[in-house]
Amino acid sequence: MTEHYSVLLIIMPFLSGLLISIFGWYDQKKCYAIAILCLFLSIIISISLLLAVMQNGEPVQYRIGGWAPPWGIAYHVDYLNGIVLVVISLTSFLNLAGARKVIEKEFSDRIGAFYTLYILFTTGLLGMVVTGDAFNLYVLLEITSLTGYALIGFGVNRAPLSALNYLLMGTIGASFYLLGVGYLYMGTGSLNMADIAHLLPAIYHSRTVMFAFLLILCGLFVKMALFPLHGWLPNAYSDAPSISSGLIAPLTTKVMVYVMIRMVLTVFTPAFSFSFAALNSTMVWVAVIGILSGSMLALFQTRLKRMITYVIVTEIGYMVGGFWLGTRDGMTGAILHIVNDAMMTLCLFLSITLISYKIKGDRFSDFRGIFRKMPVTMTAFVVAALSIIGVPPTCGFFSKWYLISGGIAAGHYGFIAALLFSSLVNAVLFFRVIEIGYFEPFSDHGANSGHVPEVRMDEAPVSMLMPLMITAAMLIVLGIFSGDIVTRAIQFAIPASII
Amino acid sequence: MDDMIAIILSKYNYWTVITLMMIGLYAMIVKNNLIKKIIGMNIFQTSIILFYVSMGMKKDATIPILEHHPGMQEHVYHAADYINPLPHVLMLTAIVVSVATLGVALSLALKVYDQYGTLEEDEINAKIRKASVKS
Repeated sequence: MTEHYSVLLIIMPFLSGLLISIFGWYDQKKCYAIAILCLFLSIIISISLLLAVMQNGEPVQYRIGGWAPPWGIAYHVDYLNGIVLVVISLTSFLNLAGARKVIEKEFSDRIGAFYTLYILFTTGLLGMVVTGDAFNLYVLLEITSLTGYALIGFGVNRAPLSALNYLLMGTIGASFYLLGVGYLYMGTGSLNMADIAHLLPAIYHSRTVMFAFLLILCGLFVKMALFPLHGWLPNAYSDAPSISSGLIAPLTTKVMVYVMIRMVLTVFTPAFSFSFAALNSTMVWVAVIGILSGSMLALFQTRLKRMITYVIVTEIGYMVGGFWLGTRDGMTGAILHIVNDAMMTLCLFLSITLISYKIKGDRFSDFRGIFRKMPVTMTAFVVAALSIIGVPPTCGFFSKWYLISGGIAAGHYGFIAALLFSSLVNAVLFFRVIEIGYFEPFSDHGANSGHVPEVRMDEAPVSMLMPLMITAAMLIVLGIFSGDIVTRAIQFAIPASII
Repeated sequence: MDDMIAIILSKYNYWTVITLMMIGLYAMIVKNNLIKKIIGMNIFQTSIILFYVSMGMKKDATIPILEHHPGMQEHVYHAADYINPLPHVLMLTAIVVSVATLGVALSLALKVYDQYGTLEEDEINAKIRKASVKS
């Protein structure tokens, strides 16, 4: 059984997705149970895969249909994607766990369709991470994107337009990736990642390989919304229903960063990727500009969800910049930040889901007195905010620490300055919200009388609070154990040639 | 000049692909109508499909079907006599993906039309601006 885990991780949610769509027609009550059970099983499978990798110290391989790798599709789990798999299944589970009431309230007539898309989206992400085949990755990328567009299109107001714009941009990105894979195939005649990596060194000097490298990176940069190509992200994520953006925002961009790391380290190998000093420093400077502009744009926003979307753009800059520094610490920071940032963003969006369950509107002025109304939700929000700012016991501090020490090792002071600047801006951004929520009284009651009105506690149901509390606790637990995560897993994910 | 024409003619498949790709990108960036943008997107995807298909082609080669006669197992095959079927098979998947993308795009465009009563981007933006001023 255990040897089939890596393929079960895809097949099981895929079939559950189909099952849910069947149940959606006549027995909508079962949809939630199937979805949550399937995601719970995928957590168990992905954790046991990671444990198997850690025990054996070597990757778990699976050949689909028994075909040997260069011809058949191979699924491949090692330290790098083992971690990402756990993050994906955990995030997807926690986001759905408490959301039953929200989903029934928001999509009363389309429950089956929503759960099907939700599960298929997770399937696509898991598949993208687990696959060892460059073309298979493209197909799963498109499964993820298509379900993602639909999940965003569920929203109200401007959501369909934002989803359509995201679709146009996303298709350009995916097509560039496909074109890059085409050039790789022309050069090597292979689509298997390990096989390509084996065949490439002989033609490193060829312009085909260089062009394939640039095309694949360009495509991935569009998909991960690195700064100048981020145009689609703020609209799409802020117009989507909270429950969709709680799934898409923490995962899509982070998984795209993983794909970039996989392409650069495994397929093209550091010997090729880091042999162009000009390219590497350009990447870091692009990330620096991305961090600075993302922070500045976030300052101008007056809606909470929109502000957080710009924070996501900033965080992408952290990971891309840290990775392209080319130092061991920088890469450790980038990989650790994939885990931490997914959890932080999830915590923020979960608290937004809960807030929007009780309060209409997400302008800052709507949050007056919210700390007295929803103390537990806001406590979790503060933990997530502290983690994004980078305050020590939370996990955000530790990945930022690795990123900064990577910057020092590479001697790239522009990157360090950008990191520190954006931490300061994040502090301003979140303390503004916290200040309004904690100190200002309710406006609608306090208007006619001078004294502070009595505020009733009106907290979201316990079933919704539980996942949020678990996520907030995980931010601190991940922070405390980040040393273990690095020494036991992440350091093996980075090739030994990188110092 | 003759060299130039010879270069263009010898790689005409790539020139076709590049031209189609640029037409698609141009439509996606410049056109005001959402349906025209979607058509541009489809042209863009089709150009990549053509790129893959032309990649598998070889000169003087035939379709990769091997003939087996009973009792004649011992054959010598030259790979150069057969075109490479793999890129073509890959493109079957890519065509399915592009059809699905087109479907999602059109249904989103339908939703946009239901909401704003138009598919011209500048008119939609004007309506959004008006609505945000009101609220």
